[in-house]
Amino acid sequence: MPPREGTYGLLAEFDTPGDLIRAARQARLDGWRRLDCYTPYPVEEAAEAIGFHRNKVPLVTLVGGLIGLVAMFALETWVSVWAFPLNIGGRPTYSWPAFLVPAYEWTILFAGLSAAFGMLALNGLPALYHPLFNAPNFRNGATTDKFFLCLEALDPKFDLSKTKAYLENFKPVSVVEVEY
Amino acid sequence: MATGGLKEDEATRDRRIDAATGEYRVIAPGQTFRSVTEKITRIVLTPDTPLGWFALFGVGGALATMLMVALTWLFLIGTGIWGITQPAAWGFAIINFVWWIGIGHAGTLISAILLLFKQSWRNSINRFAEAMTIFAVVCAGLFPLIHLGRPWLGYWLLPYPSTMDVWPQFRSPLMWDVFAVSTYAIISVVFWYIGMVPDFGTMRDRAESKIAQYFYGLCSLGWRGSVRHWMRYETASLLLAGLATPLVLSVHTVISFDFAVAVLPGWHTTIFPPYFVAGAIYSGFAMVLTLAIPLRKFYHLEALVTERHIDNMGKVMLATGFIVAYGYGMEIFMAWYSASHWEAFMMWNRMFGPMGWAYLVLVTCNLAIPLTTLWSRKLRTSIGYMFFISIVVNTGMWFERFVIVVTSLYRDFLPSSWGTYRATKWDYMTYVGTLGLFMFLFLLFVRFLPMIPMSEIRTMLPGAKITAKTRAEAGD
Repeated sequence: MPPREGTYGLLAEFDTPGDLIRAARQARLDGWRRLDCYTPYPVEEAAEAIGFHRNKVPLVTLVGGLIGLVAMFALETWVSVWAFPLNIGGRPTYSWPAFLVPAYEWTILFAGLSAAFGMLALNGLPALYHPLFNAPNFRNGATTDKFFLCLEALDPKFDLSKTKAYLENFKPVSVVEVEY
Repeated sequence: MATGGLKEDEATRDRRIDAATGEYRVIAPGQTFRSVTEKITRIVLTPDTPLGWFALFGVGGALATMLMVALTWLFLIGTGIWGITQPAAWGFAIINFVWWIGIGHAGTLISAILLLFKQSWRNSINRFAEAMTIFAVVCAGLFPLIHLGRPWLGYWLLPYPSTMDVWPQFRSPLMWDVFAVSTYAIISVVFWYIGMVPDFGTMRDRAESKIAQYFYGLCSLGWRGSVRHWMRYETASLLLAGLATPLVLSVHTVISFDFAVAVLPGWHTTIFPPYFVAGAIYSGFAMVLTLAIPLRKFYHLEALVTERHIDNMGKVMLATGFIVAYGYGMEIFMAWYSASHWEAFMMWNRMFGPMGWAYLVLVTCNLAIPLTTLWSRKLRTSIGYMFFISIVVNTGMWFERFVIVVTSLYRDFLPSSWGTYRATKWDYMTYVGTLGLFMFLFLLFVRFLPMIPMSEIRTMLPGAKITAKTRAEAGD
């Protein structure tokens, strides 16, 4: 992908999570859709404010877990009944109660890996470069003690000077333009 | 002046106690997002490594080298260099395996089960408890592998299409162990790493040297704290915790099946799974205390790992200790109630036979000392006493496994086949060596990774409170 040029968005910095939530909620009400908040710890209210209510991580985890369960149980059955049947003290080759234990472990293994990697994939991570890292105040604050609202240039309502004035209304610490 | 010092001491003590509940505060007052971040990142990002760290690292490294020597000799000669023989064919290797895995379990309990129960006090201690889990599993996983006799063929345990056309036997608990322990290791590492990703972002942004910026930058996977990311992250953390909880219970259950499925007096009992799990958590919390108490002192983390944590861990130990006591009691009861001659003899031999001293150590260390004194809040919040208790319980739990493995084996059904068990110097070198390996890995962790989860601590600070007004405006 060729590097993009121009403005990624406008980034407003806030001191408290409360200020950020108020601003984000108002922006969402005013019709902004391409916007995101950046916080140093999970702030559920901010996600609600920008209209992010649900995610697909549980579904991915469920599917992963079921795959693990079926895969291990099928492998055990195939190995013990067809591929390598052994007579262990006269027990049936299809000893399903015994097979439950490894199948149980693989359910957890696959579900856990799906949850972790599914979460990263849905987040689009790893992404070592992001335009926001160009903002001078972002890296000092977003992972420590500041709260950011970014209105992105891809939103049809975006206009550099008008949006800047709009963000100033929320009395942020600063508003900076972020370039690609 | 002595009196002045005493007064000041009382004043600081009062600040550490929450007036509303009368309990010690989880985090000492006066911390901000920035002060907490500074405190935790400075330990790692400082160019001046404390001399004490190097000294301990040297000790850990030397002991780990001794482990390598013991393993090299083992690989050259074979398991004959150990004390195992007939009838006691399981010795130190299995004792240490169960002991180490048990220690790991407290880390998962703290990181997963207490997260599900919304015990936010755990936030300060969960990262290094998880690290403890992983390094304990490393030490534990070593033992069954080197016990194989031909450890270079260890991959035969895995189901893979081999040219010999041979497959594993899935009806054996030893096979279940392979899946339980490997799943446990993988999920623990994933949970630990995912938990650290946002903190790696903080480290990346606070690092000054280029190498550190690249290193933490790569580890952080480009984390930037988007709330959409945070929400998925929180969901994934909760799911991982929900998965790790049944996992941790199943791992020690499966390990207890290694014993309980065998038809041997002293092993063949249904109390084993819950009793093993409780014992694991008991010894694991002891190990967390053994690590946390020197760490908070050495790195001046008293504001983040407070008396409240020590107190709460003491309570968990008290509860799990009583489950363990119930397990011991039930073993004795069943030896009588089963009316089995062999069971009764095994129990008599375990308590009063030639190795009765081990049972006495177990009862003293696991029951007599901790379960009588941990009731006292004064003692539970006494740092020195809790460190002492942690060592006592770790010792006692090692002896519990010794008693289960050895005293059940060395005198079985036929007196003509009775024997004894005596560990050799190679057994001791391997065991002490894994303690060194654990210390070595843990010190590396403390030096290079954030040992307290910053993002989780931030949620507990007063600055994270969202005012009722903001909430009301939301209308939800």
